[in-house]
Amino acid sequence: MLTIKELSKTFNPGTVNERKALSGLSLTLQSGDFATIIGANGAGKSTLFNAIGGTFLTDSGRIVLDGEDITLLPEYRRAKMIGRLFQDPMRGTAPGMTIEENLALAAGRGGWLSHIRKEDRELFRDRLALLGMGLEDRMRQPVGLLSGGQRQALALMMSTIVPPKLLLLDEHTAALDPATAEKVLELTKSIVAENHLTCLMVTHNMHSALELGNRTLMMDAGRIILDVGGAQRAQMTVQDLLEQFKAGVGKELDNDRMLLS
Amino acid sequence: MDFASVLGLGQTALELGLICSLTVLALFLSYSMLNVCDLSTDGCFTLGATVGAVVALSGHPVLSLFAAMLAGVCSGFLTSLLQTRMGVDSLLSGIVVNTGLYSINIAIMGGASLLNLNKTETVFSMMKKLLAGTFLQGQYKLVVALLAVAAIVVVLTLFLRTRLGLAIRATGNNPGMVRSSSINTVFTTTVGLCISGSFTALSGCLLAQAQKAVDINLGTGMVTIALASLLIGGTLMGKGGIFKRACGVVLGAIIFRLVYTIALRLNMPAFMLKLVSSVIVVLALSIPYFKKQWPNLRRRMELRRQAAGKDGV
Repeated sequence: MLTIKELSKTFNPGTVNERKALSGLSLTLQSGDFATIIGANGAGKSTLFNAIGGTFLTDSGRIVLDGEDITLLPEYRRAKMIGRLFQDPMRGTAPGMTIEENLALAAGRGGWLSHIRKEDRELFRDRLALLGMGLEDRMRQPVGLLSGGQRQALALMMSTIVPPKLLLLDEHTAALDPATAEKVLELTKSIVAENHLTCLMVTHNMHSALELGNRTLMMDAGRIILDVGGAQRAQMTVQDLLEQFKAGVGKELDNDRMLLS
Repeated sequence: MDFASVLGLGQTALELGLICSLTVLALFLSYSMLNVCDLSTDGCFTLGATVGAVVALSGHPVLSLFAAMLAGVCSGFLTSLLQTRMGVDSLLSGIVVNTGLYSINIAIMGGASLLNLNKTETVFSMMKKLLAGTFLQGQYKLVVALLAVAAIVVVLTLFLRTRLGLAIRATGNNPGMVRSSSINTVFTTTVGLCISGSFTALSGCLLAQAQKAVDINLGTGMVTIALASLLIGGTLMGKGGIFKRACGVVLGAIIFRLVYTIALRLNMPAFMLKLVSSVIVVLALSIPYFKKQWPNLRRRMELRRQAAGKDGV
């Protein structure tokens, strides 16, 4: 489904601020794979997502999604195939517009001059009801009035209303309170399962990293240093994961957020 | 001052307000929706006036409106091209286009800086003939202005509810979200600025034909006037649907002209008018800010007073 070959990206090349964010990263995801990614801050997780999503173009390497080479495609053209959620719930929605208008843009039905139709509204209503947040009765309200959790749930709905070939989740529950985070995570799981989405998820929660999906990747210095799945992953504990990290990188994992899981 | 002259002044303010409200609607699209401060407005306004005047002089008064709008589209396209494809900052691209349009406008007028439309057939003179003998006889300017504003408000309201309109509104709100919806923000910005340019140019064209003259400085300060009207309209209507807000914008333009007229009646010399519009913009922008700050300020003063009281005891 997704093949990444020897992907490299250096920020501010030739200056004192030069930073190699991705160094020859390769990764292959099968259709239906749900891989979690862990790694210390600055390991290149978000850079990898930005490279796949097309926020910037990479220096070298290739990205092939479902047989199509998307390496040089602009962000908005990739968005047809890739859904993204960010840590910041504000990034996925337009606050000054109503819930209905946000969903209509995400659904992208009809021509440029088409209006929101009745059947579109019914579809949105049904989808919103699945969230169980009462948003289906507030479709004419501006999104800016919603709470962070509600906005993130709406963003999740928006990025999957047309099922993407690949879903990128960048710590999308990290900014939410535990109960809401749990709820959004449950929603994510059910939507991914229902649509058989191929999915990459960055998390700082070691339990989630082992529990969710079918593969766990670990990143450091712009490379993938660990890729486990199947039986090996099933037997793994958080402690094993931490030890693997130490062995792979040769340094103590000093990220409190990763330990407190 | 007798009642008739007051009424006459009010009438003029209403006509001018309506004609200029088209420019305010243009800013409503570019400034409020797209979040682009388009400073090419002054030049674009004069461009519409000169193109409209030249076409009307050649004997096509109705065509002149569409020619002016087309010229406005070109101006808007150029402004958006500079900021979306050539790396020019959005403020700067407006200023650059505005400066360039000065020469172009004089070139369109054949090297003159003034064109007279006194004996030329315009949409206003056509309407005057059409209404001759009816009760609206003397109101031909108002009728033309009203028709134009009503048409543009309806078109704009319907347009902003389409998928493209939604995308344009979202571009000013959260461009990242627009790109995630597989829509090119370069495209939405371009379309938005082209449409807003056409409104501005139509406004200039109508003003020139109503005044029966164009001069190169017709549009100078227009962006400030339009911004003031936009802010007044926004304060009046607050939040609401697109139609309500668009109507508020038109109302704002009329109110601005009334204030302007009153300032004139206070025996203010004509050259002071630009200063008046600047002051109105400053007030319109700062009053909501001070209103928001006032509770904090009051609390701080209260605390200070209490502290001073304790020291006294």
